[in-house]
Amino acid sequence: MAAISREEVAHLARLSRLAVTEEELDTFAGQLDVILQAVAQVGEVAAADIPPTSHSVPLTNIFREDVVTPCLTPQEVLSGAPDAEDQRFRVPRILSEDVAS
Amino acid sequence: MSDLTRMTATEIAALVAGGEISAVEVTRAHLDRIAAVDDRVHAFLHVDTEGALAAAGAVDERRAAGEELGPLAGVPVAVKDVLATRGVPTTVGSKILEGWRPPYDATIVQRLRDAGTVMLGKTNMDEFAMGSSTEYSAYGPTHNPWDLSRIPGGSGGGSAAALAAYEAPLAIGSDTGGSIRQPGAVTGTVGAKPTYGGTSRYGLVAFSSSLDTPGPCARNVLDAALLHQVIGGHDPRDSTSIPQPVPDVVAAAKLGATGDLTGVRLGIVSEFVGEGAEPGVMTAFRESVDALTKMGAEIVEISCPTFAYALPAYYLIAPSECSSNLARFDGVRFGLRVGDDGNRSLEEVMSLTRETGFGPEVKRRIMIGTYALSSGYYDAYYGQAQKVRTLITRDFTAAFEQVDALISPTTPSVAFPIGARTADPYQMYLADLYTIPTNLYGGPGISVPCGLSEGLPVGLQVMAPTMADDRMYRVAAALESAVGTFTPPAL
Repeated sequence: MAAISREEVAHLARLSRLAVTEEELDTFAGQLDVILQAVAQVGEVAAADIPPTSHSVPLTNIFREDVVTPCLTPQEVLSGAPDAEDQRFRVPRILSEDVAS
Repeated sequence: MSDLTRMTATEIAALVAGGEISAVEVTRAHLDRIAAVDDRVHAFLHVDTEGALAAAGAVDERRAAGEELGPLAGVPVAVKDVLATRGVPTTVGSKILEGWRPPYDATIVQRLRDAGTVMLGKTNMDEFAMGSSTEYSAYGPTHNPWDLSRIPGGSGGGSAAALAAYEAPLAIGSDTGGSIRQPGAVTGTVGAKPTYGGTSRYGLVAFSSSLDTPGPCARNVLDAALLHQVIGGHDPRDSTSIPQPVPDVVAAAKLGATGDLTGVRLGIVSEFVGEGAEPGVMTAFRESVDALTKMGAEIVEISCPTFAYALPAYYLIAPSECSSNLARFDGVRFGLRVGDDGNRSLEEVMSLTRETGFGPEVKRRIMIGTYALSSGYYDAYYGQAQKVRTLITRDFTAAFEQVDALISPTTPSVAFPIGARTADPYQMYLADLYTIPTNLYGGPGISVPCGLSEGLPVGLQVMAPTMADDRMYRVAAALESAVGTFTPPAL
């Protein structure tokens, strides 16, 4: 049985903000199915009482000194932006027509 | 071919420091070599001729002024395109960052500059470091200098190929699941993954933040150790950077080169010497084990049963982290933006930008990660993978109570032909079978050339406990002293 359907892949693509094509959906559905069935092997390991590891370095919050240090200029920060205006990143329309009106 | 390109980094640095050759001469020799062979190898995405010659000139001036030079001053370095380089294009092998010139340097790049090394350019890689062959680069594959029809490994195939093709004596890679060690193995070069947190991730384009580890690549163990020493150590700009000095890897490499391993206990990972590896790989590995034994090492076999689940755990954890990290590529702050015609919404523009800018492997991993993190699947996939990560760490810890370091072949096979695995993504994943456990544990690992199989290089991997990077350098240098280094056929 397939681990994942074409419809589920379409849903994942939407969640991932990927405007995939119909052809890609066909290809990805098969490939993701193979991958998901293989990685599902982790379920074979008895680990109910095992704590998860998210990170290999024992981490606590790290604070830096609260001092002003040199940083990039607005011009440098915006230098790689596809579009900028008045020292800000310019983004496409956020609200749909009907909401905006 | 110019002799300068055949020299080790150690030799070049000594000649530059002694004033016998200039850093500019060395740099020109390597730039000439790149011009002569890189149309066939395609190790570089960008060659910074002007920047390299300027950096080399500055080293020569400092020497002329009587200034003390660092141990690698004047030595050319090729840098994987995953590290931000101020003013120099940084693409991560992806179309989504085509043309981006970062406004700052990664910490490692800054340290390379401070040390007086000369950055030749940026090397090719699988897009966002996701891949094992460099075929997933959006800019075309890199070719293995040993056989141009074969892959140079990945994701850092460009850095490894640049070394094997004598285009650079040193290179920087990054290793999330084997991306330094596996390319090292299949190109007959040395690749070291430091302890996680031992090298700074500041300015490294993030793939899987709990695993990503930048590190050194070289043609011999001592050169790799010198580079490790220059780039390693605590960085306040990386919150996961370990606030301890780098273990003395250079001294360890020199000690190992004496060929004496008396008192060193090594464990062969039973799970990695079974039927999974090619016979030629196993022959070279067994001969190397004999060589290590002759040098005085005591060798035992150690079972690490959960290592069998490292690959599936990794291919849940890494995609999960990547699906989160790559959300920053939204067509707003840097890189590509597609479809912004004044009518489309932000979400539509974002989706078109990502669809156009990302290649198929990156899309697959983002979707796998999104799946593994979604409610209803989280516990069975991501949560379970994190528990397996704990068990893998316990296997390592138990093993290091018995031995000083673990050894295995670096890869199950020699370099495979270009195109052989691209149709089957999971087959591609298997190239990292032996390298992945180390990343999940966080310890250091190194691949050192140990022989040839059908004329192609085989690597031996040494894995050491966290912050005991020096141990792996000692063993690797000892093996190198016994088997020598390997030179590919002339290009």
